[in-house]
Amino acid sequence: MSAASRTPTLYIEGPAFWAPTLPGWDVARAAFRGEGGPVQPPARRPSPQVLPPAERRRAPDSVAIALEVASAAVQASARRAADLPCVFASAHGDLAINDYMCATLASQPTLLSPTRFHNSVHNAAVGYWTIATGCQAASNSVSAFTASFAAGLLEAATESAADAQAVLLTAFDVQAVGPLASALSSDGMLAAALVLAPQASERTVAAFDWELVPGAPGPALRSDAARALQGNAMADALPLFEALARGESGTLDLPLSGRLTLRLHLRAA
Amino acid sequence: MPLRIEPLQISAFTASCAAGTGTAALLAALEQGRSGLRPNDFGSTPLPTWIGRVDGLEALQLPPALMPWDCRNNRLAWLGLQADGFLAQVAAARQRHGARRIALVLGTSTSAIGETEAAYADLDADGRFQPAQRRPLVHTPHSLAMFVQEALELEGPCETISTACSSSAKAFATAERLIRLGLADAAVVGGVDTLCGSVLFGFNSLELVSPEPCRPFDAGRNGISLGEAAGFALLERASADSELLLLGYGEASDAHHMSTPHPEGVGAERALDDALARAGLQAADIDYINMHGTASSKNDEVEAALVARRFPARTHASSTKGFTGHTLGAAGIVEAVVSLLALQTGWMPGTVNSRTLDPVCGPQLRLAGARGAVRRALSNSFGFGGNNCALIFGKEAVQ
Repeated sequence: MSAASRTPTLYIEGPAFWAPTLPGWDVARAAFRGEGGPVQPPARRPSPQVLPPAERRRAPDSVAIALEVASAAVQASARRAADLPCVFASAHGDLAINDYMCATLASQPTLLSPTRFHNSVHNAAVGYWTIATGCQAASNSVSAFTASFAAGLLEAATESAADAQAVLLTAFDVQAVGPLASALSSDGMLAAALVLAPQASERTVAAFDWELVPGAPGPALRSDAARALQGNAMADALPLFEALARGESGTLDLPLSGRLTLRLHLRAA
Repeated sequence: MPLRIEPLQISAFTASCAAGTGTAALLAALEQGRSGLRPNDFGSTPLPTWIGRVDGLEALQLPPALMPWDCRNNRLAWLGLQADGFLAQVAAARQRHGARRIALVLGTSTSAIGETEAAYADLDADGRFQPAQRRPLVHTPHSLAMFVQEALELEGPCETISTACSSSAKAFATAERLIRLGLADAAVVGGVDTLCGSVLFGFNSLELVSPEPCRPFDAGRNGISLGEAAGFALLERASADSELLLLGYGEASDAHHMSTPHPEGVGAERALDDALARAGLQAADIDYINMHGTASSKNDEVEAALVARRFPARTHASSTKGFTGHTLGAAGIVEAVVSLLALQTGWMPGTVNSRTLDPVCGPQLRLAGARGAVRRALSNSFGFGGNNCALIFGKEAVQ
């Protein structure tokens, strides 16, 4: 099926990563390369400087971690956030807010908080990002259960390729809490981001060609640091960031479903 | 400005909402000026408001193979898929292209959260979900798209867009890119959202819910009426015989506020300009506009001003939220279907329930429906987070 596709080579800039044990790309990169370990004690949730001070404290965890890595990716790409279309991906959105909403509706529905309600939309994080950075370009919010990173990457890649423009991809999920945790699992917090560009630049860390192939399984994780994060609902982001950390070239399969896989042919810069 | 795109053919389309199941019922309501809204009777402690509720979902049975996905939202999806022969149209497309070459891009704001709410109202003694409710495939935003992919036996790229009330409009844009890049030969797009406590009490907490049937663009409007709907369209590459086309789309952000539109409609106008540029059209080429027109004070003020300053007086603009209620993530597809029906039949709906237009409205805004030559139609969808999408449909390719 790749014969019919017209997908141009894309270039990755500014990989960014945040988890409590790997708070930042430098720490994560070293750990994924087996050159360092997780930080102890784990970091507290980030306080993204892109938000006004009052909002830094009030922001839901999902927004805090998403904006932290989005800022880091844009900074490392040396681009202007206001110019970049953005795709945010999350399997479940903010699970703590879902828990609050459902618990409140079951007890005192008329006391629902208006702020928590508007923060409950799946696109809350990308909404705060566009407001904080003055970005009036297209913004998107994508979900695909266990394939949410792959789906977000596909969306960002098609946006970048179709209009020959750089696109910010940000992916995140938070811990499942409350009764909802008996039905859904997601451990801890994990956020990752990168910028996809249609041309190489001095910030390019890797290039890739891409195609859709019949369902092929994703690769096994190679580092203890990545394996320790597998319980998070955004864990399907880990193989790409591990490969970027290790400067690897080669085929990387990211399942989109049981029947379809996004195959990257990765070349380290 | 984005470059022009090759139009895509709309091979099939359908919508089911409070105004009717399937396009014939919807068109009849639009032609007769018949609102589908009713006093709120949803849930055990209904707020004093009006809703666009779809009848029969409580008794609807999914086929046994699809029962693991059972919830109100997926039931409405199933109802919607069966209208207008849509299931058969997709089956034929599957034969033409192969299941792996058909993408599925669906928009939803709350997906199956109503089922999650129900689980919270019936926890076990340990405060956990009852065993029958421990269904990860239901309690997640992608539930709708996974269910529909299974129901339609599709195997191509499958994506949920969840950008609040622009969700299912943006599905058209994502699908166009997938087809243009050769990653799919066809796409099923659309969306489903159902009434649930989260949205009824949530919009109520923001004081955006009207105690009466919503009156878009009325000087005395006082809030929205929530609704539920399912809608779908099948997109393929166009040919010389194509009768209905997606000509353009635009997506843009307000960068202003989470739940209030930009006062000058900056994002809405950028989405409009991008859609016109992709279609190769000017504002004056648009015959009918289906406005977002929620009947919230701010949305209607900003959107009416945008239409007044950008379009000629002859353009017929209306909001159909008074027919259907605001169906949130499904609004984009429902109103795309209304726009396609306008192209197909020449019927440009009015703005039902509204009586006295807000002075901010230009001559484009019409309370009464009208018949005319409709060659190009624009549909606006705007969502929380300042997320805007504009779609342009037409009867023939732009020369």
